[in-house]
Amino acid sequence: MTEITSLSLSKLIKNIKEKNISSQEVTKSFIDRSEKSKELNAYVTENFENCLKISKEFDNKPNFDLKLPGIPIAVKDLFCTNEVRTTAGSNILNNFVPSYESTVTQNIWNEGGILLGKLNCDEFAMGSSNETSFFGNVQNPIAKDLVPGGSSGGSSAALAANLTPVTIGTDTGGSIRQPASFTGTVGLKPTYGSCSRYGIVAFASSLDQAGPMSKDVKDCSILLEVISSFDKKDSTSIDFKRNNYSSELTKDIKGIKIGIPKEYRIDGMPDEIEKLWKKGIDYAKDCGAEIIDISLPHTSYALPTYYIVAPAEASSNLARYDGVKYGLRSSGESLIDMYEKTRSEGFGEEVKRRIMIGTYVLSSGYYDAYYLKAQKVRRLIKNDFDEAYNKVDAILTPSTPSSAFKIGEKSNDPVSMYLNDIFTVPVNLAGLPGISIPAGVDKNNYPLGLQIIGKPFDEQTVLNIAYSMEEKINYKNKITDWWIK
Amino acid sequence: MTINLKTVKHISKLARISLEEKKAEKLANDMNSIFEFIEKLNELKTENVEPLTSIAETTLRFREDKITSDNIREKILKNSPEKNDDFFVVPKVVE
Repeated sequence: MTEITSLSLSKLIKNIKEKNISSQEVTKSFIDRSEKSKELNAYVTENFENCLKISKEFDNKPNFDLKLPGIPIAVKDLFCTNEVRTTAGSNILNNFVPSYESTVTQNIWNEGGILLGKLNCDEFAMGSSNETSFFGNVQNPIAKDLVPGGSSGGSSAALAANLTPVTIGTDTGGSIRQPASFTGTVGLKPTYGSCSRYGIVAFASSLDQAGPMSKDVKDCSILLEVISSFDKKDSTSIDFKRNNYSSELTKDIKGIKIGIPKEYRIDGMPDEIEKLWKKGIDYAKDCGAEIIDISLPHTSYALPTYYIVAPAEASSNLARYDGVKYGLRSSGESLIDMYEKTRSEGFGEEVKRRIMIGTYVLSSGYYDAYYLKAQKVRRLIKNDFDEAYNKVDAILTPSTPSSAFKIGEKSNDPVSMYLNDIFTVPVNLAGLPGISIPAGVDKNNYPLGLQIIGKPFDEQTVLNIAYSMEEKINYKNKITDWWIK
Repeated sequence: MTINLKTVKHISKLARISLEEKKAEKLANDMNSIFEFIEKLNELKTENVEPLTSIAETTLRFREDKITSDNIREKILKNSPEKNDDFFVVPKVVE
C-alpha cells in the first residue's frame, strides 16, 4: 500500500471506514513525518501527544457516520483553539492561550477531526511569503529556500509535504489561493459570510474569510462542507442554504459559461503565465464549457483599494493589543509608555507598517480622501463582477502573476510583494468565492495555479469546474523529500 | 504628496507605537512608496458612487442580553501579564 501520509483525505476516510487502517495508525504516520520535517518550520505549536490520545479514544469507540472520522488535521495558527496556544505568528501573542474555540475549528472537531498542531503563518496574516512570521520562514517543500506563499504558508507547506491530510487557512487578499498556487495544492476562499469568523484572529474584518486547503478538489469539497455554517456568533455570517458540496460534486460542466477578463492580461506578465492561462482556457473548453470574453474595467484599482481598506481595518482590529489583558507586555513608566513600548516590541515591521498606513488613512482630514474613496472604488469593483455575472457563470484567471520566489527576494520592497496578490485581491473586495488549482509548472518546475471565481454563494459551480478541469490537467506534485535526512 | 518625518511621528503617537529615529525614516520612505501606488485611485471620479462598507449587506441581528459562556474568569486572568486577585494590573495612571 502507498504511504498513509500521501493518501488523499477521501481515501483516508474510506480506509478508516472500511477498517483497513485505524485513526491511531493515520495519526502516528502524520506525526512521524512531521517529526522528520522540522526543517520546513511548518508548525508553531505541536499537539501530537493529545492528538494521539484522542485518536485512541476514537478507535475505542469509533463513529463512522462522521464526515472526518478520526482524521488528524493541523490548522493555521490564526484560529483560536481552546487551551492550545494561538499566536497568529506574532510575538505579541507568543504566550496567548485562548479559553474558547473558533467556530470553523469546532465544526471540524464535531465531525471527528483531531487537532494535530498549529501551523506557521505571516504575522496577523499580513504577508505573501510567510516571511513576516515571528517564528521564522517556512520552507516550500517544492525546493529549498523557496517561499511557500502566504499568509497561510505553514498550511500550504505542511499540506504539500504530507504533514497533514488537509488544512484550513484564511484569505484576506489571497492568503489561501496564492500559497496553494505556490505549492501545487488546492485552496478555496469561500463567499464572504460562508464560514464563521468567530474565533479567528481578526485582520481586516470586511475581507477575512476562512477556507479549505487540500491535495485535490474532492477533498476541498469535503472540508468546505464541514466548515461552512451559519453562526450567530459572527454578525456577518450569512444564513443561506449550503449545498452538500462533496456529494453534489460533478465533472459535468457542459454548457457552463466561463468568462475571461481581458484586464487580467497585465503588463510584464511572464510568458509562462500567459501560456498557462491559454492552456487553462483549452482545458475548460475540453470540459464542455463555453468561453466568453468579458471586461472587469476597474481591475487595476483593486490593489490600491485593498491597501487602504485592509490596513484601515487592521489598525482598528489591532488596537486591542495593548499589553493589559493578554499577550506581551513591555515595561513602561506610565500607562501610555507601556502601550507604546509593548506595541513597538510586540509587532513586527510589516504589521507596524500596515497599522501606520491604516491610522493615517483614518486620521482626521484624510478619511474622505483615502478611506471613503477606497470604499467607493470597492463598489465599482463589485459592480464590474455583478455586470460580468449577467453573462457568465464563472471567471477563469491565473492565480498569481509569478511562481514561488526565493526567501529574501522581495522582503525589502513592500510594493513588489503586494503585487503578488493582483489576481486574488479583487475577489476579496467583491466577497466572491475563488479557488486555486494546480495547472502546470514554470521553467524551474515550480507549480503554477489557475483561479476560478464564482458568483456569490455558488461554491458548487466553482468546485465542479475545478473538479472537471483537474482531471484534464492531471497535475502531479514532484516532491523529493529533500529536507528529510 | 509626501509623508515627512513629522507626520510619521505624529501617526506613530496616534497608533501608540514608539518609534526610533532611524526606523522612522525608513517607515517614511516605505509609506511614501505605498502612497504613490495608492494615488492611482484619484484617476477615478467617484462623486456619485455609494461607498461599499460591507459585502454582507444585511442588518445586524439582535440577541438577548444574556450570558452564554461558562464562568471562565480564571482562564481569562491566566493570560494577563500582571494581575492582583480578580483585577488586571497596569502602571499607575493617577498622579
